[in-house]
Amino acid sequence: MATVNLTVNGKAVRRDVPDTTLLSEFLREELRLTGTHVGCDTSQCGACVVHVDGKAVKSCTMLAAAAAGGEVTTVEGLANGGLHPMQQAFHDNHGLQCGFCTPGMIMSGVDMVNRYKDSGRELTEAAIRHELEGNICRCTGYHNIVKSIQDAATKM
Amino acid sequence: MSDGIGARVKRKEDKRFITGKGKYTDDLRQENQAYAAFVRSPHAHAKLLGINASEALAMDGVIAVLEGGELNADGIGNIITGWAITSKDGEPMKCGAWSALAVEKVRYVGDAVAIVVAETQALARIAAEAVEVDYEELPASVSTAGTLEPGAPQVHDNVPGNLIYDWEIGDEASTDANIAAAAHVTEIDLVNNRLSPNAMEPRSAIAIHDEAEDHYTLYTTSQNPHVARLLLSAFYNVAPEHKLRVIAPDVGGGFGSKIYVYPEELSCLWASMKTGRSIKWTSDRSEAFLTDAHGRDNVTNIKMGFDENNRITALKIHNTANLGAYVSLFATVTPTYLHGTNYSGVYDIPAIYGNVKAVHTNTTPVDAYRGAGRPEATYMLERVVETAARELGVDPGELRRINYIKDFPYQTQVILNYDTGDYVATLDMARASADVAGFPARKAEAAARGKLRGLGYASFVEASGIAPSAAVGSLGAGVGLWESAEVRVNPVGTIEILTGSHSHGQSHETTFAQLASDRFGIPIDNVQIVHGDTDKVQFGMGTYGSRSGPVGMSAVMRALDKVEAKVRKIAAHTLEASEDDLVIENGEVKVAGTDKKMAWHEVGLAAYTGHNLPPDMEPGLKEGAFFDPVNFAFPAGTFICEVEVDPETGVTDIVQFVAADDFGTIINPMVVEGQVHGGVTQGIGQAMLEGVVYDEDGQLLTGSYMDYAMPRAADVPSFVVEHGCTPTPNNPLGIKGCGEAGAIGSPPALINAITDAIGSNDLQMPATPLAVWQALQAAKSAVAAE
Repeated sequence: MATVNLTVNGKAVRRDVPDTTLLSEFLREELRLTGTHVGCDTSQCGACVVHVDGKAVKSCTMLAAAAAGGEVTTVEGLANGGLHPMQQAFHDNHGLQCGFCTPGMIMSGVDMVNRYKDSGRELTEAAIRHELEGNICRCTGYHNIVKSIQDAATKM
Repeated sequence: MSDGIGARVKRKEDKRFITGKGKYTDDLRQENQAYAAFVRSPHAHAKLLGINASEALAMDGVIAVLEGGELNADGIGNIITGWAITSKDGEPMKCGAWSALAVEKVRYVGDAVAIVVAETQALARIAAEAVEVDYEELPASVSTAGTLEPGAPQVHDNVPGNLIYDWEIGDEASTDANIAAAAHVTEIDLVNNRLSPNAMEPRSAIAIHDEAEDHYTLYTTSQNPHVARLLLSAFYNVAPEHKLRVIAPDVGGGFGSKIYVYPEELSCLWASMKTGRSIKWTSDRSEAFLTDAHGRDNVTNIKMGFDENNRITALKIHNTANLGAYVSLFATVTPTYLHGTNYSGVYDIPAIYGNVKAVHTNTTPVDAYRGAGRPEATYMLERVVETAARELGVDPGELRRINYIKDFPYQTQVILNYDTGDYVATLDMARASADVAGFPARKAEAAARGKLRGLGYASFVEASGIAPSAAVGSLGAGVGLWESAEVRVNPVGTIEILTGSHSHGQSHETTFAQLASDRFGIPIDNVQIVHGDTDKVQFGMGTYGSRSGPVGMSAVMRALDKVEAKVRKIAAHTLEASEDDLVIENGEVKVAGTDKKMAWHEVGLAAYTGHNLPPDMEPGLKEGAFFDPVNFAFPAGTFICEVEVDPETGVTDIVQFVAADDFGTIINPMVVEGQVHGGVTQGIGQAMLEGVVYDEDGQLLTGSYMDYAMPRAADVPSFVVEHGCTPTPNNPLGIKGCGEAGAIGSPPALINAITDAIGSNDLQMPATPLAVWQALQAAKSAVAAE
C-alpha cells in the first residue's frame, strides 16, 4: 500500500491505496471524480487527460503514487464556478455529442492553448489537429472540436 | 419561437458533460459492490473439456466462479437473432446455438467460458486468469470466402458447409438477359472490410437482484433498454418483464454495437441472483475489440449493364457476408433486407438480381454497425458506377445524373418504394460547393508539385427508420418497430416528454424539446426529456437505423396533437370561446381578435385542479401515442471528395469533402451537421484506416488502438455540409433521418477519389498508404509491360 497525498482541484486529499493504483482509478474510485473517463487500456484515447502540476497527463498512464505531492486538476475543477472558456466553447460550437471523450478533449484543449500562448506560437487549425493526436472521438468527426478549441483560444 | 423546429439551438445536455457530471454506467456504484470478470477462450475453435476453478475460488475475496453448464441448468435461454431469413430454396436459415457461457465448444477468441465474481475489479481479473480451462484445439475457419470451401472446418454441426442461408432478391432471368444484351458491362470484385465499432465508452453493466422482492435492476450501456428487457425476459428467462427494470443512463456512443444484449450483461444479471450481490462489469478496450459485435465483412462480385445511351439496364450481385461464430440480433437482416433492398440506389434500374450467402466463421459475431447493410450496398454501387464512367469515358456526375430516378413515388425492383427525392438537386449543390469546374486546374497545380489529385463522387439513398412494423414483420422481423411517446404537462405548465428513443449522443434532450417548444411557444428549458428507463417509459424500440427522428419524434408529435386538442377544449371552456378561434403561441392560448387569453401555466392548473372543466372531461393533461409509419423514409444525397496522393509514400490527404444531403425537414441544423461530420469520419475511417485483421488461426491481430487505426483529428478535413429538402409525406414532420448517411456515402466517395488520383481501380479498403503505394506500383508495372 502507498500513502498518496495530493491536491486535487484545490483540495488536499490523502488516501492509502495499493501501489498499483493508477491516477485515473484514484480519481474515479477513491475520490469519485468520475468526469475523468477511461476509454482504452493502451494510453491512446485520451479520455482520461487531467492536468498534473499544470501539464496535461493521461491519468491512466501514471500511478497515483507517482503524482504524490502534486497538484491535479480534473474537468470538475477546471472552473471556479461557471464555465471555463474552453467548456463554454465546446457548448457554443457543438463540440460534443455523447460526451464521453469530452473531458479529455477539454483538458487537452486547455493545455494546448496555454502552451502555444506561452511560446508565442499561432494555434492554427492544422496545429490543433496535430495536437489532438492523443485524443480520439468517435462521434463528432473532430470538425466542431477543432472549432471549439479555436474559439476558446481567442478567449483564454 | 427561437427554440422551435429549424432553430440552431445549443444543447441542453451539454452542461453535465462539459463539467464532468455526466453519469455513465461505470460512473455508478452500488452499496457493497462486487465486480465481475470473464474467463475467455484463447482459441478460435476448441472443445471445452473441463474447467478447474479451485485456485481462483481459494483466493481471499473471490465470491463465485460460474460456468455455462449451470447457466443452462437454470433455464437461461440461448442468445437469439431477431430476424428469420428464408433461403432461395425455401429452407429456413440454419444457425448455431449461442450460450452466454460456452458449453462443450468455444468458437472464437474471446468466447466467454465462465464469469468470476470478486470483491474488487482487480481481484476478479486476477482470479479469471487463475481459472484453468482444459481445451482440445480444433482447426478454425476464419476467411469469409474460404469458409464455404469444401473441407473448411465446421463452426456448428447443425450448419452444414457453414452456410447460414443462401438468399436471393430480384429477378435473375431478366437481369441475365439484360446483361447479355448490354452495350457495355462493368464488373468488379470488392471487399467490404470488417470494422470494430469503437464507441468511446466501453460496454458496462451493473446487475442488482433484490431477493425480498425477487426483482432485478440492470444498469447498462444500451441504445434500447426496453428491447434489452424484452430479450432478457421473454427469451433468456432471467426474470419476467414486470420484475426487471433496465436503465441505460448516459450512453457514450453506440453506432449499433449497444443494440444487443451480450453474454456479459446477461451473465451479470444471472450471477447477481446466484451470489446475492450487486455485480458490476466494465469492458476494457481489449475486451471490446474481442467481443463488441463487428461490422461489415462482405466479399462481393458486382456486374452492371448499360445500353448504348449509357442508361443502366441491369445489376447483378453475388455477395458473401461473414456473420462470425454466432448469429447476433440484427446479423441476419443486415446483409439481406437492409442490403438487398438498397441495390437500386438512386438509379432507375429495370432489372436487378442479388444473391447473398451468409456464413459462419470462427470470429467475433458481426452485426449492424452505423448504416448496417446500406453502406455495403452503396459502396459497391458507387464503385461500379464510377468505374463504368471511366470505362465509358463519361463524366461521373453526368453518368449518375442520366440514370437518377426522377419521378416519385418510384417502385424499385427490390421491394422498396421511394416516396420523395430530388437527386439532381443535391448533385448540383455538391458540384457547385466542390467547384468541380475548377478541378482540372487544381489537378495541374498539384501535378506541378509532384502530387496526384483525384476527385470522387458517391450518390446514395438509404431506407431509414427500420419501420413500418407490418412491412418488417412480413420480411421476418421478430418484433414491431414503431415508437412510443408520452407528453405530460405539469400543473405549473412545464412539460415532460417520455420517449422510447434513447440518446447515445444524438442530442434528444434538445431536439425532442424543440418539438414542444415549437408547438406551444414555451422555452425548451421548460421541457424535460425522460428516456432510458423501463420503469419510467412504458415501452420503446430504441435508437438505431436513423429512426429517432422519423419514428421517435413522430410519436411525440402525435402525443402533442392529443395534448393540444385537450388544451383547446379547456381554454375554449374557460374563455367561453369557440375552439376554432383559439391561437396557441408564445406560451399563451388566445382568442383571436380579442384580448382574452390564458397563460400556459393557467391551462395546466385548470387541468389539474379540475374546478372548471368541460362536462365529462377527465382532469389531468397527459397523453401518449404509438407511431408506426406507413413506409421507410429515404434520406439521400451526393458526396464529393477531393484528395491529393503523394506518389512517393502513398499517403492520401483529403483536401476537400462536400456532403450535400436531403434529410427532409431538419429540426436542428447544428445537430444534423454534427451527425454528418461524425458519420463521414467513420466512413473515412473504413475507407482509409480501419480494418479488423485475424491471422489464419483466428487470433485477432488488431486488438488495441496500437493496431487498429481509428480516425484522428489530423486524418480528416473540416467538412462542407449542405442540405436539400424534399419532406417525406409519411410522417408528421416530413423528416427522413440523418444518423447513418455520412457513413453510407463517404467510403465510395473517398475510394473513387483515390483511384481517380492514382489512375488504378485495383484498390480495396482500407486504402492505407501501403495499399495505395502498391496499387500505384502495380499500375506503373502494367503500363511498362504494355
